[in-house]
Amino acid sequence: MIRVDDIHKSFGAVRAVRGVSFNAPDGKVTGLLGPNGAGKSTTLRILYTVLKPDAGTASVDGADVVKDDLKARQRIGALPHGSGLYPHLTARENIAYFARLCGLDKAEIDDRVAEIVRLLEIEDFADRRTKGFSQGQRTKVSLARALVHDPQNVILDEPSNGLDVMATRSLRNLILKLKDAGRCVLFSSHVMQEVAALCDDICIIANGQVAIDDSVDGIRSRTGCDDLEEAFVRAIHLVRPE
Amino acid sequence: MMSTTIVVFLKEILDNLRDRRTLASALLMGPIFGPVLFAFVINLSIERSLSDVERTMELPVIGQQHAPNLVRYLESRNIDIIDGPADAATAIDAVKTGANDVILIIPENFGEQLQDTVPAKLELVSDQANTDAERDARRARGALHAYSQELAAVRLSARGVNPLVLRPLNIDEVDVSTPSGRSAMLLGMMSYFFIFAALMGGMYLAIDTTAGERERGSLEPLLCLPVTRDQLILGKIGATCLFMMLSLSLSLVSFFIALKFMPLEQLGMTPNFSPGVMLAALLLFVPFILLGAAVMTLVASFTKSYREAQTWLSVVLVAPTLPILIVSILTLRPRLEFMFVPSLSQHLLLVDMVKNEPVNSLHVSISVVSTLIFGALLTWICARLYRREGLLG
Repeated sequence: MIRVDDIHKSFGAVRAVRGVSFNAPDGKVTGLLGPNGAGKSTTLRILYTVLKPDAGTASVDGADVVKDDLKARQRIGALPHGSGLYPHLTARENIAYFARLCGLDKAEIDDRVAEIVRLLEIEDFADRRTKGFSQGQRTKVSLARALVHDPQNVILDEPSNGLDVMATRSLRNLILKLKDAGRCVLFSSHVMQEVAALCDDICIIANGQVAIDDSVDGIRSRTGCDDLEEAFVRAIHLVRPE
Repeated sequence: MMSTTIVVFLKEILDNLRDRRTLASALLMGPIFGPVLFAFVINLSIERSLSDVERTMELPVIGQQHAPNLVRYLESRNIDIIDGPADAATAIDAVKTGANDVILIIPENFGEQLQDTVPAKLELVSDQANTDAERDARRARGALHAYSQELAAVRLSARGVNPLVLRPLNIDEVDVSTPSGRSAMLLGMMSYFFIFAALMGGMYLAIDTTAGERERGSLEPLLCLPVTRDQLILGKIGATCLFMMLSLSLSLVSFFIALKFMPLEQLGMTPNFSPGVMLAALLLFVPFILLGAAVMTLVASFTKSYREAQTWLSVVLVAPTLPILIVSILTLRPRLEFMFVPSLSQHLLLVDMVKNEPVNSLHVSISVVSTLIFGALLTWICARLYRREGLLG
């Protein structure tokens, strides 16, 4: 369960996030949708605690991301935008390193790594060094790394970037599996169709503000557009630039 | 806390052991570059001191006309013969006052005595207490001895005796009396090579764990994990220290081996490079390793990319030479206040050990403690900087 309450964040003169609020409940997939530079990544970075909000609060399973950041991170599995791997380590070693840092028991680690490797269909290249991996392979390993400790809350920043059709499909299946297991999944995207196919709730962000936060049907009816792309475009015009 | 730091430490070691660039700089660059350059400079020094013999010197001679062959012989040995003072008395005064270093007086009956095969008398006026002047005097003396030997050889040959019977020994002397500072400078060079080797060993780790990790995009996922940033940075600095230690130890060993093959005695150096001194040097430089690792990590964490970090760190590689250079040029002796300066204190103490001079234990304690304090302080600053938001760039 992730709660975001009126967070603000500026970088110098650039006001990246200007009062964003939304909830991402357990057992649901929440999509953060918006054009490039809308403030999606900044919002997610605040949630996985690498940035601190200038104002407002956010919490993960009740743990405040500023005051209780270590506890919040324990409840999160995050895939930051453009995640990189350690090129001299194999895929399996990359995943196991994160498992160890998450404090998993020695006995647990091998089992968990094997399980996530199977789940994400990494077996074929699991024991190769990650140098020279394709974007799809890299994303899968990064994802496995983020999920290896079986977190209750999963935050994915544009996970489908650079993935081919097959990989996108298995990502979608994975997200649905997590949802069925009662996890809270929050992911960002700038592709409306992708979000619509997966999400229970969609939070559309533009210019650092929430334009609409509703279910897919809710967005259709509120914008008066049946076509989702049209609805998206209309929604982001609800927010006036500064 | 500890276990997370150890996980990071072990991962960085594994990761970097597989990185050819790190390995090359840690295991090859420092340990090989140092001894090779050192050998080169030593050989250059030996050549220089040998070629000193060929330098032309001036020798005032009184009574040149009495021994034209001798004069010609001296000139062939690169000794320019110039006119001496009027008589023996003025010659002695000239040497006493230092106006001339050495003066040769050839008596009138020199030729006659030679012909009669009685020892022909020559007078060489010099001031043996004046070490500077002694150099030229010795050379003149050497040349006269050589001439005497040659005459003897001619005489023996004329009597059918092999002239080599007069030369049971063949002594090759090399004069290094002037460049007395040279050995000090060479020793200074050596302690810099140890510092260089240590820094090279950890340089790529320091870059990799900061600018490199950021550029690769692996930093952000790492920071999302339920660990504190202090744990991460300590593990990384720890791994950097280990590689520096490895490189330093290897370079000590390679010096130990290389010095056995260098003709240091020819330069008048009899350095003490026993395994005991090597071990003491290692222990002496250990505090410097923490400081070096922290400085490199600190500098690299300010840079935006791998390349930029490399550029800045090459400046860091040179920085520890400055105090060593200044002290070497001014030929300053170890002093209490120098012991507070990292790199300088290690250098001075190492030079004393190598020269077999007594090492002041207070100096050692100050060097170790102050360098450790600097290292701890900079590690703390690194950790503070690692906590800032701007780390992700």
